[in-house]
Amino acid sequence: MAAAGAVLRQKLPGNMDICGRSGKGSPEFHVLAVDDSLVDRKVIEKLLRSLSCKVTVVESGSRALQFLGLDGEDSSVGFDALPVNLIMTDYSMPGMTGYELLKKIKGSSAFREIPVVIMSSERILARINRCLEEGAEEFLSKPVKLSDVERLTRYLLRGEADQVSEFRKRKLPKTCDLEFSFPSSPLSNDSDSSSSSRSSSPLPKRCKSV
Amino acid sequence: MDVVQLKRQLIAFTELLYREGFLDEQFNQLQQLQDENNPNFVAEVVTLFFEDAERILNELANNLDQQSVDFKKVDAHVHQLKGSSSSIGAQRIQRVCIIFRTVCNEKNVEGCLKCLQQLKHEYALMKSKLETLFNLEQQILAAGGPPSI
Repeated sequence: MAAAGAVLRQKLPGNMDICGRSGKGSPEFHVLAVDDSLVDRKVIEKLLRSLSCKVTVVESGSRALQFLGLDGEDSSVGFDALPVNLIMTDYSMPGMTGYELLKKIKGSSAFREIPVVIMSSERILARINRCLEEGAEEFLSKPVKLSDVERLTRYLLRGEADQVSEFRKRKLPKTCDLEFSFPSSPLSNDSDSSSSSRSSSPLPKRCKSV
Repeated sequence: MDVVQLKRQLIAFTELLYREGFLDEQFNQLQQLQDENNPNFVAEVVTLFFEDAERILNELANNLDQQSVDFKKVDAHVHQLKGSSSSIGAQRIQRVCIIFRTVCNEKNVEGCLKCLQQLKHEYALMKSKLETLFNLEQQILAAGGPPSI
């Protein structure tokens, strides 16, 4: 049971090194994480590092924009050094919400292609819809689990390679594929990412148009 | 006490914490993230949580002490605490926060004060139990117990 985890902690399986091996000889996967909660920042950072991702964590939307160089100032702190492959942002933040940050990113020609994932402890349908419609890649329920992040990065990494050929081959379905799921029970020790996979986004993912 | 006995104690105690709802699956998630490179990860996160929680509890006491209570502020603080408690698997605290937000929505000051009391109580319990847990782990390490596999 979970108790065993205390003493006989399972090491992560060897193939968890998702971000470190992007498989194309390209540099590590760099994630920009945005959250006003110190506890959540620490956790998400560890989650991502455990998957060998490069991580930059900031505490607000405005800091995130500053980092990307989108704040109108001339200095862009880190962007030139390492491109951002994914942005994960909390929804409810003082000042600028994750939704507002999402809009700013999708409204920028330089950064609109960067996938943005929203994290929230509140699963409000209207909120989820709004974010997906605005271009969010995914809406994750907090607390975010390792399996959620692993599945996400795996999908994005594969997507990068296959995206072009896939979208050319595939006809857009009439309606979006519906993937419903239910939250995994809190006592389940389900470390299998596929079965706990869609607990975070009960709504269909936005269909991207080619 | 030898290592085997200590480990048995730790397992039993941890099981109890899960059974009584002090901890939930999320705590296990954090433990899985701990490794040789970050041997104190869980303790560090929990420490951050304690600091955050104490700050919020103080703010709440202040907010509710006002002549005219700003329920938006109260709600914002409780929401924060709900978030961080859920992130570390502090299930009982999280549950009180959920009730607290409902009561806050109803603008019920008495109810809020009761919830705050409950929160303080649950927080104190949680803190003491986690300290016991970490103590046990330290003892095992000190007794030369092998690092987790």
